[in-house]
Amino acid sequence: MRIRVDPDRCQGHARCYGLAPELFEVDDYGQSTVIVDEVPTDLEEKARLAVANCPEFAVEIVSE
Amino acid sequence: MLTTLRNSLVWFRRQSEDGLDGTHAEPSSVRSTVKGVPMTPTGPVTDWATDFDVMDPHYLSDPFSIWDVLRPTCPIPHTNRRKSSWMPLRYDDVTAIAHDVEHFSSLKVAVIPGDEDQDPNANFDGPNLEYGLPPISSDPPLHTWTRRLLLPWFSHKRVETYVPLTRDLCRTLLDGFADKGCADAAADYAQQIPVRVIAHILGVPAELADTFTGWVRDVLEFADDAERRQHGAEGLLNFFLKQLEERRQRPGDDLLSELLRTEVDGHRIDDGIVLGMAALVLIAGVDTTWSAIGSSLWHLATHPDDRRRLVREPELMPGAVEELLRAYSPVTMARVVTEDIDYAGCPMKKGDKVLMNFPAANRDPAAFDHPELVQLDRAQNRHVAFGSGIHRCAGSNLARMELQVALEEWLGRIPEFSVAEDREITWAGGQVRGPRSLSVVFA
Repeated sequence: MRIRVDPDRCQGHARCYGLAPELFEVDDYGQSTVIVDEVPTDLEEKARLAVANCPEFAVEIVSE
Repeated sequence: MLTTLRNSLVWFRRQSEDGLDGTHAEPSSVRSTVKGVPMTPTGPVTDWATDFDVMDPHYLSDPFSIWDVLRPTCPIPHTNRRKSSWMPLRYDDVTAIAHDVEHFSSLKVAVIPGDEDQDPNANFDGPNLEYGLPPISSDPPLHTWTRRLLLPWFSHKRVETYVPLTRDLCRTLLDGFADKGCADAAADYAQQIPVRVIAHILGVPAELADTFTGWVRDVLEFADDAERRQHGAEGLLNFFLKQLEERRQRPGDDLLSELLRTEVDGHRIDDGIVLGMAALVLIAGVDTTWSAIGSSLWHLATHPDDRRRLVREPELMPGAVEELLRAYSPVTMARVVTEDIDYAGCPMKKGDKVLMNFPAANRDPAAFDHPELVQLDRAQNRHVAFGSGIHRCAGSNLARMELQVALEEWLGRIPEFSVAEDREITWAGGQVRGPRSLSVVFA
């Protein structure tokens, strides 16, 4: 699985980081980025939660 | 300095007043107060679709049932009370309007506008009038750079450093009443926490916490009362003018000193903007989180199954915090319509207000399964308690941390508690909803 954060949509709610700090980091200004190329299999559920909880619909699954 | 102060006060009054066109729909000659809540001039609401009032006693105690009735039939009710205002209740409308900053400006964000015609300085056109409380009461480009200056102070990493202070504070408060068998969870606990953390961040004396709280309540909670509103505004601005002056002489490593030091495009930031930002951080950091902590404790006091589950399964806490924020979102912010526009069949006029009802959006069944139920382990929860779009609450990481720590510490010390049957719970509402008095007894 590959995921991304759309930088134009992200407003810094940081819900993705809260749910899956292994997959995301947030800079000082609230911008989230994905820090893995491939989501490890055991973290796929967390990735889906991050997608499902972003209030800005900024976290996307690129490929499964 | 006197001129600056005067300009600032005028600006501050106008800030909580309204409108781009300066009109007022309702006279305000009759004022009375019941249980500390100012009454509106026109009496109880009989038609919520065309004449709503967010300060109506029914709305203050139970807005949820009103939203649920309106949402399917009239999802954007209107009122002419105080000011021609619209109030979207659906998640999709609230978030769409929040993202349309071109038609919905943040220059006036007060939910309870004042009485411009009663303001002797209403026509004053001083330099500070246009700045408001940036970034919350501004649009790009002012919003963009002022927000960027504040964000690092409330980043995840920075907020982590405030955890020990917050935890100590909660423990000290609990030490004060844990053995007594009862407490006012709102006044003795929730109200005491965020104001002291924000005082630390601003670098102002935490001993003045009660004074700060009084000013903020005057400005937000009692905004219908012109005298209290002005008293709060003057208190806040006089205080910060003095603080800023002191920091010019003796800079520290606090937020105020940093704002005074900062240059933007080679220039120091205008004094009016620094003052507005300082006042914003205090105002936004006090009432809001205190209300969230109070509402959450009310929920846990009245829902023993949830309370016991949270004690038993503390790993649920981060998700539970998001769920409590969704179910009891404290904050409604206003926008001003910038030009006549038809939005979803509503003929909005330039200068009308739109009350961004984030709490109602978070209870929209189209966006949340069984929104009326608090589900501590809710898997999908795109709540907008902190707003949506470019004005997402800059302090959301701090608020979330304070709420979590406050609940953890309370439940660690007082796992069993319930609402005292003989004492009334009072709720504040309008801009910020939460319990102001919440007597609980410990088992």
